[in-house]
Amino acid sequence: MAAMFSQNPLMNGPNYSVNDAPRVNAPEGAREHRFDPYTDNGGSTLAIAGADFTIMAGDTRLTSGYSINSRHHPKLFKIGGTTADQKDATIVLSVVGFAADGEALKERLDAICKMYRYRHGKPMSVKACAQRLSTILYQKRFFPYYAYAILGGLDEEGKGAVYSYDPVGSYEREQCRAGGAAASLIMPFLDNQVNFKNQYIPNSGEGHALQERERRPLTRTEVETLVKDAFDGAVERHIEVGDGLQMMAITRHGIEEVFLPLKKD
Amino acid sequence: MDHRPQAWGRPRDDVYGAYDASYLQSGGPKTATQSPIVTGTSVIAIKFKDGVVMAADNLASYGSLARFTDVKRLRPFLSTSVVGFGGDVSDMQFLTRHLNELAIDEAYEHESSPTSSSEDDPNAPPAGQLNAANLHKYLSKLMYRRRNDFDPLWNQILVAGFDSASAPFLASVDLRGTTFTSPSLATGFGAMLAQPIMRRYAATEADAARLTREEAVKVVKECMKVLFYRDARSLDRYSIAVVTKDGVELSEDEQLERQSWAFAERIKGYGTQTV
Amino acid sequence: MFRNNYDNDSVTFSPQGRIFQVEYAAEAVKQGSVVVGIASKTHAVLVAIKRNAEELSSYQKKLFPIDEHVGIAIAGLTSDARVLSNFMKQQCLGHRLTYGRNMPVRTLVEMIGSKAQINTQHYGKRPYGVGLLVAGVDDQGPHLFEFQPSGMTEEMVAFAIGARSQMARTYLEKNIDKFADCDREELIRHGLRALKESLVQDRELTVDNTSVGVAGAVKADDGSTKVEPFKVYDQQDVTAWIESVADDKEGAGAGEGEGMEVDP
Repeated sequence: MAAMFSQNPLMNGPNYSVNDAPRVNAPEGAREHRFDPYTDNGGSTLAIAGADFTIMAGDTRLTSGYSINSRHHPKLFKIGGTTADQKDATIVLSVVGFAADGEALKERLDAICKMYRYRHGKPMSVKACAQRLSTILYQKRFFPYYAYAILGGLDEEGKGAVYSYDPVGSYEREQCRAGGAAASLIMPFLDNQVNFKNQYIPNSGEGHALQERERRPLTRTEVETLVKDAFDGAVERHIEVGDGLQMMAITRHGIEEVFLPLKKD
Repeated sequence: MDHRPQAWGRPRDDVYGAYDASYLQSGGPKTATQSPIVTGTSVIAIKFKDGVVMAADNLASYGSLARFTDVKRLRPFLSTSVVGFGGDVSDMQFLTRHLNELAIDEAYEHESSPTSSSEDDPNAPPAGQLNAANLHKYLSKLMYRRRNDFDPLWNQILVAGFDSASAPFLASVDLRGTTFTSPSLATGFGAMLAQPIMRRYAATEADAARLTREEAVKVVKECMKVLFYRDARSLDRYSIAVVTKDGVELSEDEQLERQSWAFAERIKGYGTQTV
Repeated sequence: MFRNNYDNDSVTFSPQGRIFQVEYAAEAVKQGSVVVGIASKTHAVLVAIKRNAEELSSYQKKLFPIDEHVGIAIAGLTSDARVLSNFMKQQCLGHRLTYGRNMPVRTLVEMIGSKAQINTQHYGKRPYGVGLLVAGVDDQGPHLFEFQPSGMTEEMVAFAIGARSQMARTYLEKNIDKFADCDREELIRHGLRALKESLVQDRELTVDNTSVGVAGAVKADDGSTKVEPFKVYDQQDVTAWIESVADDKEGAGAGEGEGMEVDP
């Protein structure tokens, strides 16, 4: 039985004689797509906008399948500074999904921001950058960047701004957003803790008369604690999340970046 | 004299049937590597305080057939970096030719530079030449471009050397253009078998910065042994390269030493063995 | 109208072996206001005189950043310079994207050299009417290059192009031995003094008409190199430098040759 099958990887499957070899008669230009150009490199990201700051975060694990490729692979990138070290950047992009696409996306956006600065002599606003990112993603609508992007910065009034995207460029400005592998774990936590969903004032009424807890802007320390808690939780329940937490705080003074440890198991 | 091909050894059509011309690939679709054919197995590498050690065995397999047993899968670049290839061997040879061109261009570009080598170190490579980090970036763009064209180079590549801050550099790029770095890296089976061993010695960059050259070489050799024990597509002849500031030391004909197959006698329950 | 029969295009040699269109383009460079560049072991500096068409108008830009490590000073047709500048910017971005490093300055300059040469050998094309000084730092340290419309490029220790630039060059030649070991501030001051040599009588360096551009690569004690990105300084940022060279004695030989008011 085993002799029926060739060890030659070219002819994987039953052997055949020279005469009944499969004929290649696909039309000109057609391709056989056995190569899958995408993988999921796991990881998770998170962004929360405050009154005068934005906090962005992501874990630093890079996986493929059950393997950990790297324990220190940042997912947050400063965008649009004048120099390669991005010292004077004011915008942060986070990407999660297929790492190579994420990297390509980040470099595209950064090059565009640098060209904008060269042509106009001023940095791009987050709003403009957000719109441009959407266009970049949509331009590859039929061979998408498999990356879930979140863009963070400060808007024209100095308020925290978070824009979230799907891989083909749909986007909206939000108060907070989680992306990537553990998005479904973190997002409900954020709904409850940032937007106070399902929080009611005790004894304020029965049923529909129950009054919602009033929303208020969170302080920076509150947000940072939330981010850490969110990731500690995600690490516990998702195998593709862990190793390290990269966190960036965008304020009017610039961008502060910290790396914190997460569980490595 | 009979000049007809049949008289010179060509199979006679009346006996064997006409030759199937579909093998000649005339016309038909544009071809691209859809799966690797002749393959090399794991490449492993680990950083140490003064550089990087990399190793790969000398085998090129054709499926399960050990087809070529003297194939060098590590190649130095500009005598400052080392590139190690896992995956398809013909794609590796294509890349090698390409890197040769790149190295020649680069050598010409920096040939006449007045400040080429620093005063204190006459052995230092010309300043401004492509370092390992630059090379890795370039290869990653090349691989990503080919994946975008649906014509991938079926390899996983490790690049070792130094970055622009003169720190040891080690990074990987695969057929999809995915890149990453780590204190130790391994491709293919090595990711399962060798990486956990290497991570015991260099879990973090700080650990790697304490590792001596001798320790790093020892770990890599030990990993090559484990890979030979457990990876059926591997060989006990291998290449090992050590990259330091002084250049690349590449040995392409190493033999696995101190193997122990005593356990083999105790294995029962496989094949024709009945007791 | 025509100087002779051989200057209608850039593909015809004159019997004397000259290509007049290219020479005319070189004349256009001399119409532009003067720019000076100097390189030391640690820095590359560009300084320029900006012109205003009339008192009420603004001053024309002379220095342009190309990439974080390179900048150019232009003399001649600004619009031609913009074409070259955009090209250089694109090349630098592309190089950074593929290799993750600063484009070597020599490579960059050779690219615009080749680009400009094509215009001197094809019918219906016109040479660029602009000369450039390209200053930048790369892994081999600071560099200064001269570019001419003919496509000629050359690495220089110090150079000046533009109207009345001969006087500036004379100053630079006199002081050439000092430049290599100058620090950043001294180098800028040398540049400004060279610039002053080229001024017509009763014109002075002011914060309005002076631009300074600097890029640096300073070796730290631990062997690492700290790169100072190319930056252009104007207005109040150049006040201190101008004042520091203000009380130097008048440059020799000022006020001869063609005037500065050659541009329409």
